[in-house]
Amino acid sequence: MSKFNRRDFIRWSAGITLASGSLGFPGLLLAATRKVVIVGGGVGGCTAAKYLRKLDPNVEVTLIETKKAYTSCFMSNEVLSGDRTLESLTFDYEGLKRHGVNIVIDRVTAIDPAKKSVATESGETFAYDACVVSPGVDFKWDAIEGYNAEVSETIPHAWFAGPQTQTLRNQIESMPEGGKVIIVAPPNPYKCPPGPYERAAQIAMYCKHHKPKAKILILDPKDRFSKQGLFRQGWSKLYGFGTENSMIEWVGAAGGGTVEAIDPSTRTLQAEIEEFQADVINIIPPQKAGKVAFASDLVEGDWCPVDKLTFESTRHPDVYVLGDASSAAKMPKSAYAANSQAKVAAAAIVARFNGQSPGEPTFVNTCYSILGEEHGISVAAVYTLNRESNTILPIKGAGGLSPMDASEAQRKREVSYAHSWFKNVIDDMMG
Amino acid sequence: MRYNNNIAILALLMILPAFSQAESPSGQALAFTCAGCHGTDGSSVGPSSPSIAGMDPDVFVDVMKGYREDRRNSTIMNRIAKAYTDEQLRGMAWFFAKQKLQVSSQKYDPQLAVVGEKLHNKYCNKCHEKGGAAGDSGTLAGQWMPYLRYSMADYIDGRRPYPRKMKRKVDAVIEAEGTDAVPALIHYYGSQQ
Repeated sequence: MSKFNRRDFIRWSAGITLASGSLGFPGLLLAATRKVVIVGGGVGGCTAAKYLRKLDPNVEVTLIETKKAYTSCFMSNEVLSGDRTLESLTFDYEGLKRHGVNIVIDRVTAIDPAKKSVATESGETFAYDACVVSPGVDFKWDAIEGYNAEVSETIPHAWFAGPQTQTLRNQIESMPEGGKVIIVAPPNPYKCPPGPYERAAQIAMYCKHHKPKAKILILDPKDRFSKQGLFRQGWSKLYGFGTENSMIEWVGAAGGGTVEAIDPSTRTLQAEIEEFQADVINIIPPQKAGKVAFASDLVEGDWCPVDKLTFESTRHPDVYVLGDASSAAKMPKSAYAANSQAKVAAAAIVARFNGQSPGEPTFVNTCYSILGEEHGISVAAVYTLNRESNTILPIKGAGGLSPMDASEAQRKREVSYAHSWFKNVIDDMMG
Repeated sequence: MRYNNNIAILALLMILPAFSQAESPSGQALAFTCAGCHGTDGSSVGPSSPSIAGMDPDVFVDVMKGYREDRRNSTIMNRIAKAYTDEQLRGMAWFFAKQKLQVSSQKYDPQLAVVGEKLHNKYCNKCHEKGGAAGDSGTLAGQWMPYLRYSMADYIDGRRPYPRKMKRKVDAVIEAEGTDAVPALIHYYGSQQ
C-alpha cells in the first residue's frame, strides 16, 4: 500500500469515473462499440454529445441537426438593443467534430423505438443503442386567431434566434419616434421564462437613446412572471416604470392582457377587454414540445415525460428527452437546465452501456437577465431528485434571486457574469 | 504489489456505488454542473467568471464555505454554495484539483504587468509562492482580470475578509506604490497566459 500514494488514487479514480471501466480495463468488459444518435443540435443535444464522448470515448456519437450552424436564443435579446449582432450568437459544429462527434445536417422525420432507428428526410436511417432527443419547442399556432407561421415573417415571434430576431430589430429601428411596441407574452410553461421581460428592457435600452418617447407594452396572459420584483425594480430605475411617463407598461391577465386575435393588416390585437394597436408587434405564441417528439410518440399532453433519474422517456425505452421538450418540473425550460440535464443523461447512458446503475443526479439552473448596460439580475437553483415522486426539487435554503437591495456595483457585476455565463455555456456545449 | 493494490481498490470502488449512490451525487456529477459559468472542467473562457481548474482542494473548500456562510461577497455564488454539504464540497474540490487549467488569452497592459511582477515578488510572493499558479493559495496567474478586480475591490472595501497577513501587505503596497499598485498586480497576473 505504501506505493499507492494520493496521486495514484487520483489517477485511478479519474480513470474509473471518466472511462467507466471499459476504457481503463479492457480485459474486464467486452466493449462493443455502442451507438448514440442525437436528434437536435441545441444546448441539450450538443452538451450530451460532448459529454458522452468525454465520459466514454468508445461510444460512437452521431448528432443530427437541420441547420449548419447554431444560433443561440440566450442573449439574443441583446440584438434588439443593438448591443450584439446575430453573428456573435452563431457557432459552427467544428468543436464537436474535434471531440469525435459525427455531425449530420438533415431533418429527422421520426424515431422508431421498436427498430431502434432514426429516419431522416433525405431517406437515411441511423441505428442506435440509445437515442437522445432534444428538439426544443414548437408553437401552438392555433392559439391566437390570425397568427400563423406566414404572418410571423412580418409580425415576428423572434423566439428562435435567427432572421426574425433581425426583423424585429429592424422594425424597432425604423419605427417613428414616439412609436409603440407590443410584446405578447406566452402562458406557462414556455422556454426562457424571463425572456419576454428582458426583451422589453432591451428594447427600452435602445429606445432610451434613440427614441425616448417610444412605449413598450407587454400584454400577458399571466398575473405573475419570472423575477417579477427585480424586473419591476429595474424597469422603474431605468425606464420610469410605474410613473406617468414610463417607457414600459405591463398588463397582466387580470387587466385583460390575454390576446385572442390579431389583424395583421392593421397591426391590431384583440385582447380580452380591449383592442391594442402598435407600430411593432412581437407575438410569442404558446408552446409545446418540438415536432419530432410528437412524430415519435414521446409526448403526453404538450411535453415529454421522462424518468428524472436518467431523462429516459417513460413512453419508450432507450430514448432520452432533454431540455425544453422534456417535462422536467420544477426545472425551468432554460439553456442552463438543458446543459445540466444533458450531463445527467450522458452519464446514465454511459453507465448503462457499462452495466452500471445510474448515479444520483444533481442539477443546476442559473439564468441572467440584462435590463440595462450596467444592470443585471439573476436566478439560481440547485436541484435534487425525489425518486418517490419523480420530481426534481430545488434544494431548500439555497438558490433564489439576486437580492432586491443589491448595490449598483453588484448589478453591474451581474452583467459581466451574464456574459461569462453565455460564453461558458456555449463553450461547454460545443467548444 | 502496486498492481494488486490497484485491483483491490478497483474491486472496492465497484462495490461501493451500490451502497453510496442513493446518498449523494458523485463529486464529478456535482462538478459538471459548474461548467456553465466556470467552463468545462473548471477552465473558464471568461470574460469574468474565474477559472477553478487545478485549485488546491483545501482552498476550494474554504472558498466555498466562505460563500455558503456569506462571509465572502458574491453575486450568485453564495446562493448556489448553500446547496452543498461539506462532503459534497470536498468531492467537487478533488474533481477540480485533478483538472489542468487551460488559460485563455486576455488583453493586458505590458508596462503595468512589468511593474506588477516586481510588486508581486516584493509583496505577494511569500504566500502566493508559486506565482499564483493553479494549486497555489488561490489561482491568480492567468486568472480573468475582471474577477481579480472584483476580488481586490471586495477586500479593500471590506466585503471579503482578508486571509492572514494579506491586509498588511495590500496596505503596504498601496502606501508605497500608490493607486496603480493593485492594477499593476492584476495586469501581471493577467499577463501570464
